Amino acid sequence: MMTKLIYDGTFEGFLTAIFQVYEEKLTNICIERKELATETFFSEYTLVTTDVCKANRVWKGLSRYCAAEGKNNIYKAFLSECDGIENTLYHYIQRSLSEKQNIAKDYADPEILKIAKTVRMVNREKHRMDAFVRFRLTKDGLYFATVSPDFNVLPLNAKHFKNRYADQQWLIYDLKRNYGIHYNLKEVYYINLQLSEEVNNTSKATYYFTEEEQAFQELWKKYFTSTNITSRKNMKLHVQHIPKRYWKYLSEKTPNLKK
Amino acid sequence: MNFERIKEKLSILADAAKYDVSCSSSGSKRTNKNKGLGDSSGMGICHSYTEDGRCVSLLKILLTNHCIFDCAYCVTRKSNDIKRAAFKVQEVVDLTIAFYRRNYIEGLFLSSGIFKDADTTMERLVQVAKKLREEENFNGYIHLKSIPGASDELMREAGLYADRLSVNIEIPSETGLKLLAPDKKREDFIKPMQKVKNEIIQYKSEKKLIKSTPIYAPAGQSTQMIIGASGETDAEIMYTSAYFYKQFNMKRVYYSGYIPISYDTRLPSIGTEVPMLRENRLYQTDWLLRFYGFDIRELLNKEYPNLDSDIDPKLSWALRNLQLFPVDVNKADKNMLARIPGVGMKSVHKIIQARRFRKLNWEHLKAIGIAMNRSKYFMVCDSNKFERKDRTAAQIKSLILQHSASKYNTTYNQQLNLFSSIETPVAV
Repeated sequence: MMTKLIYDGTFEGFLTAIFQVYEEKLTNICIERKELATETFFSEYTLVTTDVCKANRVWKGLSRYCAAEGKNNIYKAFLSECDGIENTLYHYIQRSLSEKQNIAKDYADPEILKIAKTVRMVNREKHRMDAFVRFRLTKDGLYFATVSPDFNVLPLNAKHFKNRYADQQWLIYDLKRNYGIHYNLKEVYYINLQLSEEVNNTSKATYYFTEEEQAFQELWKKYFTSTNITSRKNMKLHVQHIPKRYWKYLSEKTPNLKK
Repeated sequence: MNFERIKEKLSILADAAKYDVSCSSSGSKRTNKNKGLGDSSGMGICHSYTEDGRCVSLLKILLTNHCIFDCAYCVTRKSNDIKRAAFKVQEVVDLTIAFYRRNYIEGLFLSSGIFKDADTTMERLVQVAKKLREEENFNGYIHLKSIPGASDELMREAGLYADRLSVNIEIPSETGLKLLAPDKKREDFIKPMQKVKNEIIQYKSEKKLIKSTPIYAPAGQSTQMIIGASGETDAEIMYTSAYFYKQFNMKRVYYSGYIPISYDTRLPSIGTEVPMLRENRLYQTDWLLRFYGFDIRELLNKEYPNLDSDIDPKLSWALRNLQLFPVDVNKADKNMLARIPGVGMKSVHKIIQARRFRKLNWEHLKAIGIAMNRSKYFMVCDSNKFERKDRTAAQIKSLILQHSASKYNTTYNQQLNLFSSIETPVAV
């Protein structure tokens, strides 16, 4: 009979689940996030209580057979939030521990290849966020941006933005997952906000943002259109590079309202 | 800041700078200093893409489009009747900082028309870079154009503030240059390149001894050639390119399909199509030279002075050298794997890693992401199913073309019709 381990959706929770599998010598298991878990007749349920100590032990224990890169990949693949990724990762961890060698590059194993592909997708999304975040300067001197990435990549972006904008306060907010990363000139913090829905409305722009902000956005848009070579127009390539779902956050792609 | 005036200048000077295709913002080692602004130590980032599908990573503008030269291929040529404008140094600095802080760009790519003489122009460009670095503590990416004929002293200073320097040779051959830009001399382009190359080598070796030696143009130098304006063959273009890579340690040579902008009879007339397919094939060749271990003489030579338009240069090479195939993916070395048509460098690395664990078969290779329609004629793997028939190059080519759909289909169908009397080269 299959045992279903239900965890709270955090990375620590997932690692605790792995700990539990080894501690209780469970076989035939399936790890599921709480909000996705569905009841079935033919399985037993176990609710995993997240335990940071247990999670840390698993994380440390993995160092022996997965190099730093392998561990990074586990974390990144986990952030993809793809259905069933937990079980793919479990397969990887199990194989690493039982074969006692680094198997991260055994691409002929479909599950390992799946991890590699997922990591690539997550990396790409992380990179897109590095590129597509558009800060707007608020009246209280904060560079503010909203995003809604396909995967939960903001934790991966923090370092990049911290290194780059070391002398300005900034906040990048994930509207989909309702949390953000904030830099206060010293450290990057995770924060939750009750964000008003109108913050992205153009009509409210002057209420939240500085006067010059709109002018700079227009300059940027002007630059964006002037640097285009019309005789080489290639919309297919254009959309391939910036899929339409990202347009709403790009000031250069928002249509002109006033003429 | 007078936004209306800036906006007007920006539209003129960005429009004039857009024919420079270099967009790279990678390869520098400049990290954030003293909690300043910016960092360009990571990989390049394309912040946006224009509707022509090209990336926008740098604020690419001219300082001014006033120019004393009259090069036929250039929009800012003296005789062209267009609006002229010029930025002040401070305006460029402010614009760069404001855009950078909003995460619009990776940095600045500053070029200029030559407004008085080479040195005055170069000096002004250096001033912008110096101000950004020293007054604004800006550590983003700066790409400066080396003005042909600028003095060694200025070139040395430029490299201390910029991440990359470039001079565009524009016309691949000397005869073409004489025809289209009679005021310019090849030596004027070569001199700053040589200077930058030597400085890079010198600063690097000094840095090994003294750690505090400043970095000099850490992202190297690049150049650009216009394709299809002056009648060169692909071989001439690529041999020139290979020469620049070798002689001046170029990081990149860019190829820019000529966009007709003039009624000058020396040039393709307005309305002529931009040679995008040709440009693409040249880039493919460039990649084969830089990353796949090919020698230019293998790809282009006296017998094959032009690249095929209907198939990529690697496939075309493989069809001429069928005696080297099929390659056993489970045994072949990296160099040979990289030569299989349809197998890219990423796949090569994956194959090498994966075959340590088990022998690879067709399913594995397909899952890894290899383009099977091309590669299957050129390799064998752990399977007794493989192409046994000894096909001729022409047969393989037609089989591959039947089973592939290129985005350039319409383009080369036209081209094939035009030259249908010329036979495609048959393998040796």
